[in-house]
Amino acid sequence: MDAILLQILNGLDKGGAYALIALGLTLIFGTLGVVNFAHGALFMLGAFCAVTVNKLITASAKVRDESVTFFEAYKDVPYLEMWLGDTGTLIIDWSVPISLLVAVPVMLGIGLAMERGLIRHFYKRPHADQILVTFGLAIVLQEIIKAMYGANPIPQSAPDLFTGTVNLGALLGMDLAYPAWRLVYFIFSMGIIVAVFSFLQFTTFGMVVRAGMADRETVQLLGINITKRFSTVFGIAAVVSGLAGLMYTPILPPDYHMGMDFLVLSFVVVVVGGMGSLPGAVAAGFLLGILQSLASMTEVKSIFPGIDQIIIYLIAMIVLLVRPRGLMGRKGVMED
Amino acid sequence: MTDKKTSVSRRSFLKGSLAAGAALSAPALWIQGAYAGGHGFRNDPTNKATVTLGFNVPQTGAYADEGADELRAFKLAVKHLNGEGDGGMMQTMKPMNLKGNGILGKKVDFVTGDTQTKSDAARASAKRMIEKDGVIMFSGGSSSGVAIAVQALAQEMGTIFMAGLTHSNDTTGKDRRRYGFRHFFNAHMSGAALAPVLQAEYGSDRQVYHLTADYTWGWSQEKSIQDATAAQAKWGTVNAVRTPLGAGDFSQYITPVLNSGADVLVLNHYGKDMVNSLTQAIQFGLLDKQVNGKDFQIVVPLFSRLMAQGAGENIKGIIGSTGWNWSLQDAGSQAFTKSFGQEYGFPPSQAAHTCYCQTLLYADAVERAGTFDPVQVIKALEDHEFDGMGNGPSLYRGADHQVFKNVLVVRGNQNPSSQFDLLSVVDIVDRDKVTYSPDLYAGDLGPYKV
Repeated sequence: MDAILLQILNGLDKGGAYALIALGLTLIFGTLGVVNFAHGALFMLGAFCAVTVNKLITASAKVRDESVTFFEAYKDVPYLEMWLGDTGTLIIDWSVPISLLVAVPVMLGIGLAMERGLIRHFYKRPHADQILVTFGLAIVLQEIIKAMYGANPIPQSAPDLFTGTVNLGALLGMDLAYPAWRLVYFIFSMGIIVAVFSFLQFTTFGMVVRAGMADRETVQLLGINITKRFSTVFGIAAVVSGLAGLMYTPILPPDYHMGMDFLVLSFVVVVVGGMGSLPGAVAAGFLLGILQSLASMTEVKSIFPGIDQIIIYLIAMIVLLVRPRGLMGRKGVMED
Repeated sequence: MTDKKTSVSRRSFLKGSLAAGAALSAPALWIQGAYAGGHGFRNDPTNKATVTLGFNVPQTGAYADEGADELRAFKLAVKHLNGEGDGGMMQTMKPMNLKGNGILGKKVDFVTGDTQTKSDAARASAKRMIEKDGVIMFSGGSSSGVAIAVQALAQEMGTIFMAGLTHSNDTTGKDRRRYGFRHFFNAHMSGAALAPVLQAEYGSDRQVYHLTADYTWGWSQEKSIQDATAAQAKWGTVNAVRTPLGAGDFSQYITPVLNSGADVLVLNHYGKDMVNSLTQAIQFGLLDKQVNGKDFQIVVPLFSRLMAQGAGENIKGIIGSTGWNWSLQDAGSQAFTKSFGQEYGFPPSQAAHTCYCQTLLYADAVERAGTFDPVQVIKALEDHEFDGMGNGPSLYRGADHQVFKNVLVVRGNQNPSSQFDLLSVVDIVDRDKVTYSPDLYAGDLGPYKV
């Protein structure tokens, strides 16, 4: 029982990442009708916001290391520690959460620039053209990051406070220790999902966007500039994806290719959830994350060796056979 | 209009066939000319002022850190061979036939390649070095899959490959090649060296869970550790799970360990994979657990200072084996560490050590053979006894091209005295204790002449 609960928890943090990327993808598809293959790159750019902030705040001076006598060795001592002492150390320790403050405006800017500069020119073009241009954009962004930061993963640390484990089973009399940062990630992803749904459900802006998603022409006839609002939605989707990538860095050291790795799975999530369905994307994200984790259990793998590598695609095939529109897909979406 | 029949006479057919045959074989003849160079072996540098070596290392992928350090060592070795710098291990190696004037009086030049930790990319890169850059020898690592793939290419092309970091038994076992040589130790030696120490530290009758990189090195190490610990200390295997190379997030493989009944986790991972899997295993609280009435333990059979650096605090107290460590006090180790440290500002890793040694050993063999002819160089390396290179008296065994030397058992240092003092040496296991019969992992070296 403990093992199953652990794997479910494990699936929830991975599912959180899938759900956030799929949520962004669905928002863009639902509003602008664009299949954005560059969305994984936004996840990766968010992660590199954390890397950049970390590099900036750990800018260091070379100081001679007297403990090494064989040769002249130097230690990197961050300026922040030299200037601010313990406060500097604390700031460096919290670099990942601090970089959230930088990532929100940066990702919003990147999203708006992407939409205004490139993607708007492809609204009326066939989906195949949209896929090609966004896929090309993803490759360009990847190569820029590769040129700037190299091809190798750059590990990021969670704050010391969250590097240990939390015993979730203490109340239930079970031994259910789970890494603290992974729980933080799950809570964070839930928070973002709730915030996005609340924004769409309870604000005037969200109401207009929802109306536009249902019937764009009628909203425009009412004199509302829906295009401008949809551009903002693209920016919001970029922020959601970027923050998902940023907070994932202590779990998986980021490299230039991480976006592409997640993108493929996230598209499967969107298809399983149902094209254009926001709740479907979120539900499918968590569901597939959990199923992927459960498939890694020894008991399962002893019956179906290698099942953990294909489970997501297997589920996608079954769902599409039984429910061709996905779990919560709406009639008419991508069916013309 | 008249019908004009075109007929081919026997004579014109034969003429045409001869001409076509000559035209088709021309490239082969040119290639053979390039191969022979008038002396019977590929890329003969006799008529050139320089000799080119190829350094094919992973600059990207899971083993990129090791690759970067290997490249540093290669460059340092070239510097020393050309008589620059302080000479490093050329002051201590025995026998020593190098004069600091290159190899056989020819200045040493080099080209580099990126294996990407992928066999196909490594083969393509090595092929380019041999065919386009004209290397007389190539070297590098750091993956056994890659080493085995390029070693086969070395045999096909008749160009010597001095393997860098490769630890699978297969490299000098079933996949051994006449043109491939390994200075680094292997998984069998790790098992033989580690088993007595593990028994002394953690006792007998332990239950082990293996997480294993899913390629030749992982399988080889898993089996060697299983066999050695079962024979030495009656350790059993609860489960052995294969993980993809470069998986990044190992959490889905670590969580099943918690309730498996195992009280030891053996991580058959290396490089960034090991850093990630160890870090995540500790994040999941494995070391805080008690199973079967015993403290849970993690063992990393192969690790290095670079990995210890990556894993930070998590490596402290973890036991493993290593080919060499910069803290060794013998003259060869100290000379190399000083030279490398002065050049780069930090001490070398075991990957750097093995690549540096391989370059010097090759150059020394050429000097002893008095020719770059690979057949003669191979014969000079086979059953060559040497010393003064950091691992005590060592033998390049002719039967499988494996070096037999002392192996270190190390532990992540609990109280490091400097930023580099990350591993403490628990035991230096004598070469005789890790030596095995060449028939244990049988293979065929192949012919000298290709």
